[in-house]
Amino acid sequence: MTVETYRNESAYPFCPGCGHGSILDALDEALVSQQIDPAKLVIVSDIGCSGLSDQYFGTSAFHGLHGRSLTYATGIKLARPDLHVVVIMGDGGTGIGGAHLLNAARRNIGLTLLIFNNMNYGMTGGQHSTTTPAGAITSTTPAGNLEHPLDICSTVGVNGAAYVYRGTNFDKDLPERIVEGMPNNTFGKRSLIAAQEELGLASGVLYRREVDEYASAYRAAAERLRGSTPLRVRTLVPESTSPLDRAVNIMVAGSAGGKVRSAARMIAEAAIRSDLYAAQRDDYPITVKTGHSVSQIVLSPRAIDFLGMDRPDVIVVLSEEGRRKASRYLPEMKGPVFVVPEFADLNTSGTVSVFDPRSAPERVGKSELALAMLSGAVVHEGLLDADVLRKAVSAYPAFAEKNLVAIEAGLSMAGVN
Amino acid sequence: MNLLFPALRFQVMTAYEFTDGATAIVRGALDAGCDFFAGYPITPASQILMMMMAELPKAGGIAMQGEDEIASIGMCIGATMTGARSMTATSGPGISLYSENIGMAIMGEVPLVIVDVQRLGPSTGGATTAAQGDVQFVRWGTAGGYPIIALAPSTIAECYTLTMRAFDLSERFRCPVFVLTDKELNLTRNTVASEDYVRVPVRERQVTQEGAPYRFGGNATPMELYGTEVVRFTGSTHDEEAFITKDPAVVGRLNEHLRDKILSHRNEIELLDIDRDPRATTVFVSYGITAGAMREAVSLARARGSHVSSVTVQSLWPFPEKGLLDAFEGIERVVVAELNPGLYVREIERIAGSRQVMGLQRIDGELISPVQFLEFLP
Repeated sequence: MTVETYRNESAYPFCPGCGHGSILDALDEALVSQQIDPAKLVIVSDIGCSGLSDQYFGTSAFHGLHGRSLTYATGIKLARPDLHVVVIMGDGGTGIGGAHLLNAARRNIGLTLLIFNNMNYGMTGGQHSTTTPAGAITSTTPAGNLEHPLDICSTVGVNGAAYVYRGTNFDKDLPERIVEGMPNNTFGKRSLIAAQEELGLASGVLYRREVDEYASAYRAAAERLRGSTPLRVRTLVPESTSPLDRAVNIMVAGSAGGKVRSAARMIAEAAIRSDLYAAQRDDYPITVKTGHSVSQIVLSPRAIDFLGMDRPDVIVVLSEEGRRKASRYLPEMKGPVFVVPEFADLNTSGTVSVFDPRSAPERVGKSELALAMLSGAVVHEGLLDADVLRKAVSAYPAFAEKNLVAIEAGLSMAGVN
Repeated sequence: MNLLFPALRFQVMTAYEFTDGATAIVRGALDAGCDFFAGYPITPASQILMMMMAELPKAGGIAMQGEDEIASIGMCIGATMTGARSMTATSGPGISLYSENIGMAIMGEVPLVIVDVQRLGPSTGGATTAAQGDVQFVRWGTAGGYPIIALAPSTIAECYTLTMRAFDLSERFRCPVFVLTDKELNLTRNTVASEDYVRVPVRERQVTQEGAPYRFGGNATPMELYGTEVVRFTGSTHDEEAFITKDPAVVGRLNEHLRDKILSHRNEIELLDIDRDPRATTVFVSYGITAGAMREAVSLARARGSHVSSVTVQSLWPFPEKGLLDAFEGIERVVVAELNPGLYVREIERIAGSRQVMGLQRIDGELISPVQFLEFLP
């Protein structure tokens, strides 16, 4: 069955002389020439006079928030690449939704964007917009517009849009240009940015390039990830017991990059293997990539409901940065404090034990120090058994060798090997 | 079998995980059939974004990092209208940017799960600090005042279960459903027995092809989705065919529908974990991360012979008035604990009648500790 028009019976609501209706007629003509299934076509609009457009078509429609039509259209096209998506924005949308415009051009989702540019906010009473010519008098520029107008087509063009056409509602070939800019099939390579009249700017087809359409490119990329291991959480089964009858809170304070967090995790996993419960809270650096420098571990015979870490019972200090981080607890510390030799005379009321990495049988590198010191400390305090520590790190074959060396070094420094 | 230690839990070979809330939420979403995610990086919610970006393509879904929060939630709404199950995750500042689209999801009746990993506010606040300051914000965070649903897990296992439930409720009620967690719950690792991850059924999307995308009558109705027929969607005040209208009779029916489809069915949503001591005259009420400290406080109090009840509110919105009033039977004093300047306590005050209501609040970035609860007991 041939579709003769995609318009419904309603008459356009636009003001006399407005070009919006003739652009919509051109869109209708373009759609008729392509005979797109109306159910497979979504017209996405937002706010302003142009945003009324979808109501005059017998196709699927999405009428969204001001300036955001490209975001909904992106979601629709990503989830259903087989749908044809035509987005209608006004020049107002290029202001409030400017970020979406830039990124839609960069991303090149296979959609067709029509910008109805009448150089002002017509619906709300003629306020100036991003495309109002400099000097123009509008209801919000009583002394003339002091801003320079946005060149929409050049902006999207230099940012990667596959096809950009600038014309006017008077252009006889507008339907053909709209068709030309439509993604040529479901997995087409083009998207269209067309704009209505902009005085004094270059017109015609301004950009045309072959660009991969994002929704299909995403699927191709995802295909390469298929079959890789899905989210898997390691399970631990208790295999020994611990005599621990109370919760113990251990703070390990080192420097970013010192594998503090992964060392703490090994201790926690060893505890779970020992039939204890464990929780771990890491400090969270403002710049995440610098790495974590302080972790707190709670080991408890009972499930841990309170994730706040009160005063630590055991502190392990690995570096000057760590000492500073732990300094709020050190003066009134009641339990043991384990330090490297340079902090032997630390200001603390806790019992200081000095672990000297030079006393270890093998050299302890910077990235093994945290695990070595922690291992020494927990075995020294009788919290965990050395064997279960070895088992915990052996579960991670890629790091097992280095970690086993670190554990032995720790036991040796603590004199418990 | 080890006859020497027959009571030890390792004898039943329980498996444990050392994990965090972010991972539990992602697993819950995947098990609920989530196949579309879009989000924007923000501490402390980024772990959810990163995991979804890694996991969804493997499972045949789509995950996007939007150019900002507005784009992210917009993509989710668009994708849902094609049949996708969508989720986004952010923190308080991101909810601010979601605000207008939350309203659109309410108006357009779009199922959507929004995770808010709360951090200390106001403004940029303390990005790496736990808080519960968004509890009223998510309820009233968009223009108009129409209801949403909000769930608040208080453990890692509940992060899994309530994320699944959030998807189910979003399908049942065709509306945005919030999952409120916080930095500590999201990122602090804890020991979770594998059996504690309780799966809940997530209903299939109800779809129709009747030619009317909306039906106003105070009960959510099946959706019409793009792709098989002509479907209209709008965020403007509309009739049942999604055409813009100002007819007061239609407008009134639409807005009553948006209110009643949730508030008239609160019994399907209410979720409380009540720990009742029949001799108690004091009840602790809390939610989210603070409920963990509360439960520990209850154990400590009972160990020393005190009588106290507790309620963990798992469904924050709509306000679970009925269940709370049941829990308040015989109670003289209600202590409401939360990490904000006293936001949810005002809801309790509204229903408490002659009972004394006391707030336990902390806004210095530290968690409320069990000991702080005990100070409210004789």
